[in-house]
Amino acid sequence: MKKTIADLEKIRMEVLKNIDLRNSKEEVRIVVGMGTCGISAGAREVLNALVEEINRRELKNIKVVPTGCVGMCRLEPMFDVYKDGEKVTYVDMTPEKARQVVVEHLVNNRIIEDYTIGKRAKE
Amino acid sequence: MRLYRSHVLICGGTGCTSSRSQEIKKEMEKYIAEFGLENEVQVVMTGCFGLCEAGPIVIVYPEGTFYSRVKVEDAKRIVEEHLYKGRIVKDLLYYEALEEETDTVKSVNEVEFYAKQMRIALKNCGVIDPENIDEYIAVDGYKALTKVLTEMTPEQVIEEITKSGLRGRGGAGFPTGKKWAIAASYKADQKYVACNADEGDPGAFMDRSILEGTPHSVLEAMAIAGYAIGASKGYIYVRAEYPIAVKRLNIAINQAREYGLLGENILGTGFNFDIEICLGAGAFVCGEETALIESIEGKRGMPRVRPPFPAEKGIWGKPTLLNNVETYANIPAIINNGAEWFASIGTEDSKGTKVFALGGKIKNTGLVEVPMGTTLREVIYGIGGGCPNGKKFKAVQTGGPSGGCLPEKYLDTPISYENLTRLGSMMGSGGMIVMDEDNCMVDIARFYLDFTCDESCGKCTPCREGTYRLRELLDKIVEGRATLDDLDKLESLAHYIKDNSLCGLGQTAPNPVLSTLEHFRDEYIAHIVDKKCPAHVCQKLLQYVVTDKCIACGKCINVCPQEAISATGEVANERTGKRRSVINQELCIKCGACLEACPPKIGAIVRI
Repeated sequence: MKKTIADLEKIRMEVLKNIDLRNSKEEVRIVVGMGTCGISAGAREVLNALVEEINRRELKNIKVVPTGCVGMCRLEPMFDVYKDGEKVTYVDMTPEKARQVVVEHLVNNRIIEDYTIGKRAKE
Repeated sequence: MRLYRSHVLICGGTGCTSSRSQEIKKEMEKYIAEFGLENEVQVVMTGCFGLCEAGPIVIVYPEGTFYSRVKVEDAKRIVEEHLYKGRIVKDLLYYEALEEETDTVKSVNEVEFYAKQMRIALKNCGVIDPENIDEYIAVDGYKALTKVLTEMTPEQVIEEITKSGLRGRGGAGFPTGKKWAIAASYKADQKYVACNADEGDPGAFMDRSILEGTPHSVLEAMAIAGYAIGASKGYIYVRAEYPIAVKRLNIAINQAREYGLLGENILGTGFNFDIEICLGAGAFVCGEETALIESIEGKRGMPRVRPPFPAEKGIWGKPTLLNNVETYANIPAIINNGAEWFASIGTEDSKGTKVFALGGKIKNTGLVEVPMGTTLREVIYGIGGGCPNGKKFKAVQTGGPSGGCLPEKYLDTPISYENLTRLGSMMGSGGMIVMDEDNCMVDIARFYLDFTCDESCGKCTPCREGTYRLRELLDKIVEGRATLDDLDKLESLAHYIKDNSLCGLGQTAPNPVLSTLEHFRDEYIAHIVDKKCPAHVCQKLLQYVVTDKCIACGKCINVCPQEAISATGEVANERTGKRRSVINQELCIKCGACLEACPPKIGAIVRI
């Protein structure tokens, strides 16, 4: 099918969303615990929810990377958000909660205290 | 379209393909399916990453994890450990990517080999899937063509290229904008745009890698050139021995036609341009523009007398614009980012970047792209990692068989067309072969001359006969039969060939001889007067001898194919009465088997 100039621009925007993953710019890094404990508690679904939500909101330069077992298996699924030199650990995540974190923490710049490890440890 | 959380990029260049990267891809996909990750992880076969030494290369994004020398058997571990469980497979990392002390992992862009480069022509190599036009479009592909067709006149395009200061990357360094302007100035019913992909220099593979890694860049640039000079047809002359490049070019051309980016009425602007691939049989002389044109016309590849130049009478006697692959690969970036941007990179007379193929005695064999003006030392040591095994650097050969050898004292020279020519070498297509103390410079000169002798097309006498006579003189020298008179003959004949040959092949063929004569004359003298090869390379001038370190173990006697070694020397061991080995020089064929067999800690056999 022959393309118009507008078609090319559409393809560009669409495909760029996917291959933007290969650039080296990184402002925020989200590290998801993917040990056996994490996976069985649903970490993969959490990770995929993060990736989807970030792309849906067209947020740039955020890397979502898996890591091994972090050691606190009872609080899995959990992930760390490294933003502006600060590390925040979210625990007991679900895909739904993960999406909230993307919206609140990454878009609105508000940490969801209730989901963080500090809050949970006190309970 | 689907979004993936992780991308696995596998090098599909010629080097990594030959070390089974295609099979690695299949294995990866198999295990990705087995672990149920097929909707989360995308596997992409890309063009050459450049660090061929470390191939096959696999890079996992978003982290940019750099796995090197991956074997087919490693695929399962990468999928299970890294992609499924999130644990980087540390023992497969490129050595520099793992910092032992802090146990941190560097991403591919932080590795020195890449961090010190600046990539324009190679920008997409190792980043996109060359067989997927959509990925090329996503990285601003065909944006330059769109801009040119909708916003610029042909004159403005030529003006932009001229202002950028881009010069031909195939070797001679002719200003590209000027070439386009000349081709545009001739009126004709049909004009042609041609791409010279007949890469012939031994050790150079940048054109191949560009065609394999980002074929659309070349197609887009040729269409831009067609618009600028008023041509509707293009030819890519590529050698048949580049099967991967040819395959990807064919795929790319078909995709571009399907999208209406080649063919009639491109992007609805009324501009027509199509490209045909022409396979060459792999003759060095066909890299010369007029010989290439002869070959495209189906004749024997021999240069024509110039003038008329191809810009006036080229393919089928019509005005033809001919540029090299790397030159074209720079065009879309210049149009997209502007001539000022390009002109701000590099030196006064040489703008932009240049791709070099590092080879020979160098740690990081591969492709590097650096801004013009970078010193030879930075390329060879900073990026290339210097000579392996602690050997001492002796010379660097730039420009392939047409270039020259430069010794250590010139390493701090900033790379530019003029600087290299001034030192008796040339930019050429960008081959850079490093030699260490184990290389004999006379032998190197003879090697290159051997090549040009074979590749001389035979049309003009100075090249056809002269290169043979040159080689005979060099044969005499390496065999110890030469006199100092021969050295003078060698020099005057070399100058004669340079001055009187018809085309660039003959005009530059004596360069390896002249530059080694200039910088390494003492080695020639050693061969002629002392009858010795200082690097112990020339067989006729070296002997293998047994020293008194010999413990009479007899290993050398067992391996000698000539039975030239006997235990007839001094008594090595009073108790057993065993005698040391002695080599009969009459029988010795200098194969070196005895040297290899002698235990390294004894080291009794030496070359003198």
